[in-house]
Amino acid sequence: MKTQLKYLIPFVIFLMLIGFFLKGLNLDPREVPSPLINKPAPMFEQPLLNDASKTFSSNSMLGQVWLLNVWASWCTACRDEHPLLMAMSQQIDVPIVGIDYKDTNPEALDVLSKLGNPYSAVATDVEGRVGIDYGVYGVPETYLIDKEGVIRYKQIGPITVAALQEKIIPMIKGLK
Amino acid sequence: MKRLLALFLLLLSLALNAESIASDPLVEARLKSLSQELRCLVCQNQTLADSTAPLAEDLRREIRELIAKGMTDEEITNYLVARYGDFVRYRPPFKSQTALLWLGPTVMLIIGFVVLWVTLRRRNKTLPNDYEVADEI
Amino acid sequence: MIPEIGHFSLILALVLAIAQSTFSFKGASSNQPVFMSAGLSAARGQFFFVSIAFISLGYAFYSSDFSVLYVASNSNFNLPIQYKLAAIWGGHEGSMLLWTATLSLWTMAVTIFSQHLPAQFRARLIGTMGLITVGFLIFILFSSNPFERLIPAALEGRSLNPLLQDPGMVFHPPVLYMGYVGFSVAFAFAIAALLGGELNPEWARWTRTWTTIAWIFLTVGIAFGSKWAYYELGWGGWWFWDAVENASFMPWLVGTALIHSLAVTEKRDAFKMWTVLLAIFAFSLSLLGTFLVRSGVLTSVHAFASDPTRGLFILAFLAIVIGGALILFAIRAPKVGLGGKFGVVSRESFLLANNVVMVVACGVVMLGTLYPLFLDALGMGKISVGPPYFNTVFVPVMAPAFFLMGLAIFSRWKNTELPSLISRLKWAFIISVVTAIVTPAVMGQWKPMVSLGLLMAFWIITTAMVSLYDYMVAGSGNLILRVIRLPRAYQGMILAHLGVAVFIVGVTLVGGYGLEQDLRMSPGEKVKVDQFTFQFDGVTQTAGPNYMAVRGHFTVSKSQGAPIILEPEKRSYQEDSMPMTEAAIETGLMKDLYVSLGEPLNSEAWAVRIYIKPFVQWIWFGCFMMAGGGILALFDPRYRRKNKKALG
Repeated sequence: MKTQLKYLIPFVIFLMLIGFFLKGLNLDPREVPSPLINKPAPMFEQPLLNDASKTFSSNSMLGQVWLLNVWASWCTACRDEHPLLMAMSQQIDVPIVGIDYKDTNPEALDVLSKLGNPYSAVATDVEGRVGIDYGVYGVPETYLIDKEGVIRYKQIGPITVAALQEKIIPMIKGLK
Repeated sequence: MKRLLALFLLLLSLALNAESIASDPLVEARLKSLSQELRCLVCQNQTLADSTAPLAEDLRREIRELIAKGMTDEEITNYLVARYGDFVRYRPPFKSQTALLWLGPTVMLIIGFVVLWVTLRRRNKTLPNDYEVADEI
Repeated sequence: MIPEIGHFSLILALVLAIAQSTFSFKGASSNQPVFMSAGLSAARGQFFFVSIAFISLGYAFYSSDFSVLYVASNSNFNLPIQYKLAAIWGGHEGSMLLWTATLSLWTMAVTIFSQHLPAQFRARLIGTMGLITVGFLIFILFSSNPFERLIPAALEGRSLNPLLQDPGMVFHPPVLYMGYVGFSVAFAFAIAALLGGELNPEWARWTRTWTTIAWIFLTVGIAFGSKWAYYELGWGGWWFWDAVENASFMPWLVGTALIHSLAVTEKRDAFKMWTVLLAIFAFSLSLLGTFLVRSGVLTSVHAFASDPTRGLFILAFLAIVIGGALILFAIRAPKVGLGGKFGVVSRESFLLANNVVMVVACGVVMLGTLYPLFLDALGMGKISVGPPYFNTVFVPVMAPAFFLMGLAIFSRWKNTELPSLISRLKWAFIISVVTAIVTPAVMGQWKPMVSLGLLMAFWIITTAMVSLYDYMVAGSGNLILRVIRLPRAYQGMILAHLGVAVFIVGVTLVGGYGLEQDLRMSPGEKVKVDQFTFQFDGVTQTAGPNYMAVRGHFTVSKSQGAPIILEPEKRSYQEDSMPMTEAAIETGLMKDLYVSLGEPLNSEAWAVRIYIKPFVQWIWFGCFMMAGGGILALFDPRYRRKNKKALG
């Protein structure tokens, strides 16, 4: 009997592999979870998009729940996300701060004037340094930050309606 | 006049030597060895050293600056891991989750040879002794 | 019209493939020649219709028929004709059709060259191949139909991924697939033997020929792919341990093990179940590779479109084919005898030790490739396993194989006295150690890793030479004749093993002494790398058939000899905004000079990468020598003589 079972080893290993693959089919290998979740959001102070002589400081948001959306005029996925952001700015009662990532001001302003501006403020990050601090690797990316300035959630890629309804809105309610 | 021309040519040839992208070759060498162990997050299947993606260039610039600040390789790697997670490291750190990854090869090799040895000995004992050394090539 | 013919042919091929397997298995189980020959004819018919489908798709590309979705997504009017050909397998649907067409080709070959086999065994063989074909045809017809129409037709197609617009991509996939899919024959031989019980040396001899042919294709295919990455991806690397590369490397490692274990089974009627298991593994890994590439469970540089539903189908197919084979194995294995006796120290044992190393090496590649997936599936975080890991772990695993290789060349079948082996190899060992220590110093800089690598290479070379010398002393006639008269299988073994040595030399030296410079160059500037002076003469604009290019001009000179002109390009294909880097390479026996153009830094200056790659060509030359060894072994009269006997 013992010798018989020995020959089943390859089959058993194979079954385990199949199990992993089945699970793996529903995972996205490209998505990199942020290690910054539940960590304090990195502080930044950057020039404003519409007035480069003034700056926006992330410290000014302490005490409120807010969304940080990293976007750029050259990013096509951001364009897809834009209508949803517009709707969110109307319907969700939290400020959305934009970071214009590795972009030029005229082009970014042009996009906002054509498609509407969902942001309560837009800071620029021409050199992508804020992006590195936040671990941005593909725009758009959106961070939900709580009253203590702790990152609670990160959306990689465009916000989807599902993510908004199932994750972001309930979390905002919980945090408020 | 000739001498002047020679001097001029000498200056010209000096001026025409291509410069390395880095101001400091030592920094560049460290950047190279470090970034070969790091994964580019945009293209994802290139090292940071090989990638020409804009984010990779930004990260290389960042690493250069960190080297200039006097940080060690380990500190720089930790700096990036804090932002992007273990995903950026092409050489996963040894911890409980990766124990099997790092020890697996040695374990497999040992098991393989032990099984072969035991099997060969056992079948050699079981089988009747019939051999004379063959002259086969 | 033509695409419909292609589509319809695929349906007919599916029907015939079903007939092929049902008739064959029915005929084999009831021993009725009528059914068996019906199965055979169905197999040939299936090949005919798959070929028609394949040609139809080729014609759709040739005639730029953009009413076919697949053609419209992978070709356009401007695409040069050879890349229209390559575009047939440039996307998912077409490469699955290539897979199936290759399988059909192998089936056809099996129907032709299997007349000497026992009728029932032959029927089971063809039946098994039919089953695999059925799976792939269903997959194509229901989820990846390349003939799907696009209504209304596109006016212009989208074009082929510029990375694939390269002469290498015309040959690489078909050759690779011939290897990959070729292991299905070995698999079918294993299944047929498990079903019918023909596990004997005769079986090993039949299987060996087919396995070797597939292995030759796979070796050449992988070498092509590696070479393509070297010149096309622009960073001068030849192997990246990417998921797709690993997917082709795993079957190669197991296929190599299989060739060696078949030798033991053929000679000694021993380790039969192990050999059968390897035959199952080799093809399973081919299927696994297809799954990994096609399902998108792993990321890869080779940006194939991926789709989870397709992944699910391949996974189900994988589970049926491999799971079924492994269960059959578990049922049959306990009843198989031990076979002939051989000493613990003997050629047989060394071949099996090779097996251990090859299978463990494959296990290591698999562990590293799948580990991120395992962790992710268990919710334990995301990690990356890349070249630093594989380079650290793989070399120490392979090192014993290279050492054993030297011993194995020398050992005798059945039994070898260890003391005599040691005394005979003493000098080979001393010579290789001395050479390995001295050579790196002569090359300019002594490095321990280079020395270690060269030790392995020289050890293989010296042992092979001593072995050759032994046989030549024993023979008669002039030296060349004596070498020629040696058995082909032996010659093939020596050549393939020398190929491994050449490969190791290339890998070691390019790793140890490769130079790389990242430069900022304006026209007129020059730089000295090694003993070469690279002068940048500026850039010009050029146009190709379907792209615009910036061509850099470099003059490379050294103290003597004519200067070399190198012209790397930066190409922008109209359809694709991402520019492609086309490196310029001056290939040489001792070193390659490699220049690639980066980004323009201002109106004049460019980022330029210059590499000196010593002995890099030896890597691929070594692979071709291994393949050459396989070809020589195929011509060993042993296989043909016995086959004829079996026929009579």
